[in-house]
Amino acid sequence: MTSAKSYIEVNSLHKAFGDKVILNDFNVQVHKSESFVVIGGSGTGKSVFIKCIMGLLKPDSGKISLNSHDITDLSPNDRQQIARFGMLFQGGALFDSLSVWENVAFGLMNGQNMGREEARKIALEKIDAVELSAKVADLYPAELSGGMQKRVALARAIATKPDIIFFDEPTTGLDPIVSGKINGLISKCVKELGATAITITHDMHSLRAIADRVGLLFEGKLIWTGTVSEMDTTDNPYVQQFINGNASGPFTVE
Amino acid sequence: MFEFLPSTGRMVIRFVHKVGAISCFLFSTLWNGIRPPYYGRQVLEQFLTIGFYSLPVVGLTAIFSGMVLALQSYTGFSRFSAESAIATVVVLSITRELGPVLAGLMVAGRVGSSMAAEIATMRVTEQIDALTTLSTNPLKMLVFPRILAGVLMLPLLVFIADIIGVFGGYLVCVYKLDFNSGNYIQSTIKYLEYDDVISGLIKAATFGFAISLMGCYHGYQSERGASGVGRATINAVVSSSVIILILNYVLTSVLFSK
Repeated sequence: MTSAKSYIEVNSLHKAFGDKVILNDFNVQVHKSESFVVIGGSGTGKSVFIKCIMGLLKPDSGKISLNSHDITDLSPNDRQQIARFGMLFQGGALFDSLSVWENVAFGLMNGQNMGREEARKIALEKIDAVELSAKVADLYPAELSGGMQKRVALARAIATKPDIIFFDEPTTGLDPIVSGKINGLISKCVKELGATAITITHDMHSLRAIADRVGLLFEGKLIWTGTVSEMDTTDNPYVQQFINGNASGPFTVE
Repeated sequence: MFEFLPSTGRMVIRFVHKVGAISCFLFSTLWNGIRPPYYGRQVLEQFLTIGFYSLPVVGLTAIFSGMVLALQSYTGFSRFSAESAIATVVVLSITRELGPVLAGLMVAGRVGSSMAAEIATMRVTEQIDALTTLSTNPLKMLVFPRILAGVLMLPLLVFIADIIGVFGGYLVCVYKLDFNSGNYIQSTIKYLEYDDVISGLIKAATFGFAISLMGCYHGYQSERGASGVGRATINAVVSSSVIILILNYVLTSVLFSK
């Protein structure tokens, strides 16, 4: 794997909150237009790593480059000049004071200064793309079920046509059928956009539905990376334990 | 003695650290806020929340304070037949002191707490992070409009509270204590100077600034979970109330020495 080919490159990233070390010598390379999935136990810093890439958190040390630009010290806004980001947050993070279509159109109206009429039209297209009926457009997020909120959040994340989309545990808290639906929509939307996707999850179904390549996070670093088929055949004990969900093995549950 | 010193030192360091953090927060908000794009809708919304929807509670506080002030002054002044001074005492106390302080404390409870809770909830549910990913600066969109509205709307509220408070005093004196209505109004206006009102309004603008800043800062820095939101709200209300009382003394001594 040469660094010239990689689109997002993270080198020896360190991040600690107080005494608690979250990322410790974290390295990763993600190629353009691939879907990279990071798996790992709960509370192991999976979301910290994507927040560092987006500039929502500042790493203690290390280097992040995007399309061969060093973005480590850039503000979130300056990063978006290099590549447009979209993110699907774990809880949806919809703005509850705005209606569904205003949520979806938010990035268009505020980030790209699009007029309300035009933004509403695109928002309705995106709402349709996530297979919701146009009726929900004028409802408020609190009036929707969890699965519908996730779909609205997905519509919002893709509305600005991002180059990179982050998915933070997209299926957590949803039943298997709704999860399957969300996974299908994620694959479809990412393919249509041709975007690079980074997903963090511990849902193996989700992983198999959307991943091209997989990385396993343990004690602050990626201890194994490979394709999905490599994941099934590897004899790495950590990977084995994680994908089979064994209680005993090198992972210790605290 | 030797245990006392380090803990005092830690407290001082923590205090200085907090003041520094709040200053950075404020500077960064103003720096971002004065540049386009401007969020007119958010500013207007905050003008309404602070200026209009706080009117009932502030008006109620003002009218009863004016009424009680008139009654208490009567108790004192009637002992040496100085009832004619009551109107002056009421109007000066209200414009210089009670109007801004009481309105400030009521708004700290009503608006400061809701700002902290709202922004903290947005922080906890990652809505603030979501703003950033949608190319919108949260300081610019959430904090700056609130601070602007606090500074501009509190003087307006206090000005209205002044009028209502003086009217409360008038009601008690004229309808309960049988003063002559014309005389009361005349002596209210006679000794009132512009400076009395202006000094109260300057206080009001400062208090409004403190309320919004504390509400936004504590909300923005909120920790995870429902308890984080609760703590942010408490911190916002307590700190802004304390700041109002301290600033009130400082401003009075500065404005008084003129």
